[in-house]
Amino acid sequence: MTVLTLIREEIGYRKLHFTLLVLAAAVASITFLLAISLLRSSDMESAKFIDEKVEETEIEMARLEDEIRVSMKGLGFNIYIFPEGQDLSEVYEKGYASKTMPEEYVNRLAQSDIVTVNHLLPTLTKVLEWPEYKRKVVLIGIRGEVPKRHGNPNQKPLLNPVPEGELILGYELHNSLGLKVGDAVSFDGRHFKIHECYGERGNKDDITVWMSLPETQEMLGQEGLINSILALECNCGNVDLLAGIRKELGAILPGTKIIEQESKALARAETRAMAKETAWKQINSMREKRDQLREKREALAAVLIPLIGIICMAGIGLLTFLNAKDRVYEVGLLLALGVSSPKVLVVFLIKAALGGLIGAALGIFVSLAVVSGAGSRFAGYSAMELISTAERIYILVCMPLLATISAWLPSFAAAQYDPAEVLRND
Amino acid sequence: MTDPELIIKGLEKRYPGKGTREDVHALKGVSLVVGAGEFVALHGPSGCGKSTLLLASGGLLRPDAGSVAIKGQDLYSLNNSRRARFRARNLGFVFQQFHLVPYLDVLGNVMVSEVATGRTPDAAQRATAVLEQFGIAARAGHHPSELSVGELQRVALARAVFANASILFADEPTGNLDRDNAATVLNYMKEFSEAGGVVVMVTHDDRALEYATRKIALCEGMIKE
Repeated sequence: MTVLTLIREEIGYRKLHFTLLVLAAAVASITFLLAISLLRSSDMESAKFIDEKVEETEIEMARLEDEIRVSMKGLGFNIYIFPEGQDLSEVYEKGYASKTMPEEYVNRLAQSDIVTVNHLLPTLTKVLEWPEYKRKVVLIGIRGEVPKRHGNPNQKPLLNPVPEGELILGYELHNSLGLKVGDAVSFDGRHFKIHECYGERGNKDDITVWMSLPETQEMLGQEGLINSILALECNCGNVDLLAGIRKELGAILPGTKIIEQESKALARAETRAMAKETAWKQINSMREKRDQLREKREALAAVLIPLIGIICMAGIGLLTFLNAKDRVYEVGLLLALGVSSPKVLVVFLIKAALGGLIGAALGIFVSLAVVSGAGSRFAGYSAMELISTAERIYILVCMPLLATISAWLPSFAAAQYDPAEVLRND
Repeated sequence: MTDPELIIKGLEKRYPGKGTREDVHALKGVSLVVGAGEFVALHGPSGCGKSTLLLASGGLLRPDAGSVAIKGQDLYSLNNSRRARFRARNLGFVFQQFHLVPYLDVLGNVMVSEVATGRTPDAAQRATAVLEQFGIAARAGHHPSELSVGELQRVALARAVFANASILFADEPTGNLDRDNAATVLNYMKEFSEAGGVVVMVTHDDRALEYATRKIALCEGMIKE
């Protein structure tokens, strides 16, 4: 006969009491584990959702970045370089510069180490009347593309020069005047042949006459001068490099006015940058909301879990108290027969600890079963993912400990019974 | 008288009165010496202090004054744990209400003193032998609720015998028994004393007094031998 035999027999004799003890511990364990599982599954789900969003956004942004690079490479940024002292408001108003600069500027640019500009087009532009037809036209003198020192020799020119003695006409001009390729025309008393007739563009190109640059300079009395350089297809893979391009060009041609002509690529890049920023804002907002939600849940769990734990532990204490009260007679008897108070205390405490241990094991089993059985409530995560081995061990260790602590006071009181008092009053 | 086994000197015990009632002076300087082989019967009217003297003598009730020595050991000089161990090794108790542990079977109740004294290898065989001695071996696996009152008292006696008690304290051991069962119990106690043990019995039963070798009358907390 040992203390353990005594405990075993007592448990067998008072099954209901022990069952309630086990249930109290099981409820505490289940509450704790399910609360943790719910919090964790929710957290993991939102983290997964956000991670997927981040990944999607990153993939999409990478795709757009690539597209921007391709677009930039293909279209480039268009930059106008105007002469020093040019009033830009006049340019915006008339569409061309009234001041001029040496044509040599474009050669200087072409011979420089500048690598961000693919094409350089010097032009001399003026709005004047085509005397022979009494029509106001935009006359643009072009000499074709100026080859760059560091440029690709096989690069296809963006714009072919207009051969001397020939003209290219915009749609409105050739259409209204009934002119076609190969026709002979006069411009300010000079004879030309129609080299090409452009299709309708819906802008001022439709009333433009393109002429070779030297002939234009001669006709306007501005030999060796131009009033703008159009730098096309700047090789910048990133929108932020525009400022760099300006700085680079400005260093070679100081004093010149550099403006950027809006391009589709730039507009698209800006839109995409904005979309990217918006997407990130949304993701960050989701993260913030998730964190706020998590904080709220944790705050609730921080109150709820200990509260349920305290109630269950109080239940265990109460059950032990009732058990001790029920057993006043036998405790007194055991003490009278020579069983010491510490041994009586141990009998009660081991029983409580055993109830806590079995309750914890039952709680773990039920929690795992609930999580496995109600997968959708836990976002489909497995029980093994949500309840770690460490937490199971923690419950198996802590629950008997808490049950023992809860049972301590009533057990201690029982161990202090006066056997004589018990036996005398029987 | 042989060597004294139990020496009681000047025992005093008061129970505090509840409310406005006066204290009850249960024992008033009781002294008593009991030698080995004596069967002492304490008798007297209700409230004369018989049970108080029995409990105090058995180390279960600390007196306000005086001392109790068993086999030369002053019981109340020991702390609670050591006194409990002393009781488990030397004393046996039999009560009117039997006082068996309800959830232990007969064999378990007989061996329950082992919880205090420690496990011995042949305990089950010894307990079975004691049960055979009292004619209740067939009831070894039964719980107290399944036994008759006579059997219950025999289990209580078997428990005292199993613990190798040298002094048996009995409080109205025949109070709930019929004539035959009472005779069985009293005969055993007589045999126990004749074998050198000490029996201290509290009783109102005149038949029980017949078995005693020494009758001590108590009145208002004092001995009137």
